[in-house]
Amino acid sequence: MMAKEMREPIETGCPDAFQYMHPVMRKNYGMWKFHEHPRPGVLRHVAYSGDEIWTVRAGTQRILDLYTLRKLCDIGDQFADGFVHFTIRSNIEYMVADGSKVDGLIKAIEDAGFIVGGTKNSVTMISHTQGWLHCDIPGTDASGVVKSMMDELIDEFRECNMPNRVHITTSCCQINCGGQGDIAINVQHTKPPKINHDLVGNICERPSVVARCPVAAIRPAMVNGKPSLEVDEKKCICCGACFPPCPPMQINDAEHTKLAIWVGGNHSNARGKPTFQKLVAAGIPNNPPRWPEATALVKRILKAYKEGARDWERVGEWVERIGWSRFFEEVELPFTKYHIDNWRGARKSFNASNHIRF
Amino acid sequence: MAIEKHHTPMIDQLESGPWPSFITGIKRMRDEHPDGRINEVVNDLLGQLEHSYETRKGYWKGGTVSVYGYGGGIIPRFSEVAKAFPKSKEFHTIRVQPPAGNHYTTGMLRQLADSWEKFGSGLVTFHGQTGNIMFIGTDTQRTQDFFDDINDYGWDLGGAGPCVRTAMSCVGAARCEMSCVNEQKAHRLLVNNFTDDVHRPALPYKFKFKVSGCGNDCQNAIERADFAVIGTWRDDMKVDQEEFKKYVAEKGRQHVMDNIITRCPTQALALNDDDSLKVNNRDCVRCMHCLNVVPKALHPGDDKGVTICIGGKRTLKIGDLMGTVVVPFKKLETEEDWESLVEMAEEIIEFWAENALEHERCGEMIERIGLVNFLEGIGIEPDANMVNEPRQSSYVRMDGWDEAAEAYFARKAEA
Repeated sequence: MMAKEMREPIETGCPDAFQYMHPVMRKNYGMWKFHEHPRPGVLRHVAYSGDEIWTVRAGTQRILDLYTLRKLCDIGDQFADGFVHFTIRSNIEYMVADGSKVDGLIKAIEDAGFIVGGTKNSVTMISHTQGWLHCDIPGTDASGVVKSMMDELIDEFRECNMPNRVHITTSCCQINCGGQGDIAINVQHTKPPKINHDLVGNICERPSVVARCPVAAIRPAMVNGKPSLEVDEKKCICCGACFPPCPPMQINDAEHTKLAIWVGGNHSNARGKPTFQKLVAAGIPNNPPRWPEATALVKRILKAYKEGARDWERVGEWVERIGWSRFFEEVELPFTKYHIDNWRGARKSFNASNHIRF
Repeated sequence: MAIEKHHTPMIDQLESGPWPSFITGIKRMRDEHPDGRINEVVNDLLGQLEHSYETRKGYWKGGTVSVYGYGGGIIPRFSEVAKAFPKSKEFHTIRVQPPAGNHYTTGMLRQLADSWEKFGSGLVTFHGQTGNIMFIGTDTQRTQDFFDDINDYGWDLGGAGPCVRTAMSCVGAARCEMSCVNEQKAHRLLVNNFTDDVHRPALPYKFKFKVSGCGNDCQNAIERADFAVIGTWRDDMKVDQEEFKKYVAEKGRQHVMDNIITRCPTQALALNDDDSLKVNNRDCVRCMHCLNVVPKALHPGDDKGVTICIGGKRTLKIGDLMGTVVVPFKKLETEEDWESLVEMAEEIIEFWAENALEHERCGEMIERIGLVNFLEGIGIEPDANMVNEPRQSSYVRMDGWDEAAEAYFARKAEA
């Protein structure tokens, strides 16, 4: 058989979106006047021209199969003139210029099994990583954790009863691709990597593995007469960064890979400057297929936030106001030595005052 | 021919509950799709996933796969348990660059779906955390076939590996009254200028562009982008006093005090006796809070532009970093303005490529060499907006003080 003739790629890069944009949005680009939130999951934007665009937002399973993708397209064809938009949290949005179409659109979305919501003060769709379905270093699944959690948070997605929006993220390792969140559920490795010395020399580019370690705990070594690597286990922070360039340094562990929960991450500049998330709980079992312990804890934090925060306070702002000591009391979590930062610049997180809450 | 389906009791449990189930969707590809190849691939994928759930470990490893002419853009995945699950032993993800702002027509989505049906597993995500359309699961040969197919009708790969990555931008001016910049233009101009660096990984590590139209930063540029472009304005914010008074009448003065006036981070707001709003624009930091509360009455000013923050990134390996203000304000109006934005990105990437260690993000390099060295390297003068506060440590050599002070006043006089 003849080899296929190869052709040079056409390097078009990022496509121009105007050709794919709803005509009302294209016409009023940069000339929008205000928006309203008529009901959960629905936005109404009004342009200076008087034109309107109604958006209906829906949550999906994110990992879409072709049947689901085509079902989403059918809804778009039937109601939204064949135009859709995706949000940063993988929700789909349908836009219609005529408000009278909204009810029918919502019904079609819900009848097809998708969930309308995710706007304003809701718990929005959890942004997440690939997990066991596709990642090369996942300590847990991501789609499964998110599916289990959204089953229980579905009413918070559909409604807008939180003091402000809540962004939840999950990451299946400490590299934290899922991102900073008001609440973040991340895998925490708790043991140094287990090294298969027979394979290291053949598979791993040793200098780049050494360079990858954030705490210089890895050094070259000869083991059983073969070039390998060794880990100073006292220094090791179990981050797992050595694993991708060197799979024989197995970091995942059925028993010792745990989940940890972090709160207060927020990338918006509204009111305060953007913030990073802080550790609140660890040692949570990595318990497939439904991860009930992690979900229960997230719900506990959400309940305390909902009851305690003022309007517009994000989770982190609420904690800043009531203080971390009271936060730990409210959510009935232990405060341990592991909550005290020991990274560079940690002193900035220490309380150098007698500002104390009793 | 009927396939022997793997027994999947654990992941089957993810089919219960009201949220749409990805397992149910994947099973449909196994059970109902007419193509036997897809049925088999997806069956073994489900088998491996169940195996992961049972043993609490992942079984994919990376490798090197790309398409002809490129060096990256594919996330190669080879199964470590291919003996048990041979049909999904190669299960690469193809990263495809979405249109700026993530707008699609169903026609295009169907066209992409048809191609993926021919060459892939039928699983796709809009979008991965870097912003790509993720076509999940095909083998090495079909990776090329799929790419050739979609490249013919206008789609291109995104970045993977040490390269300029796929960019992201918020919906912005397409639908949002807060937009202060043409997000799509900024997005495409920046990333498409570096197309060669997207497709042929040769940089110290990844480099990401993200664009948000205002300080709400819906795109999460400040935390996730090496080069964050965030819209803002520098004249007075616009107040429609009649609309504002209507809001006060509707919600009451107490509500307005609690939710608007006292929430202003710089105390730049006051409620007048006639229920109109008084704004001290000199103190306003454009945080967006009051505009978010009353979007009908409050809007960005007319003198719009962007703030550019450099060096944001995720955790690996020195901890998460926010982008640092490197350009407090830049107009993006004339073609010259836009050209200078691109030139600045070129300058930064070039300096970083020359000075970073292997696997070092731009923000980590800045932390290692210091912000001043970075600014000197890219030819940008220091500005008080770049810091929260001046230095505290007295251990510093200052014999160039007089020249620096003189240069500062000379710049001021020029401006």
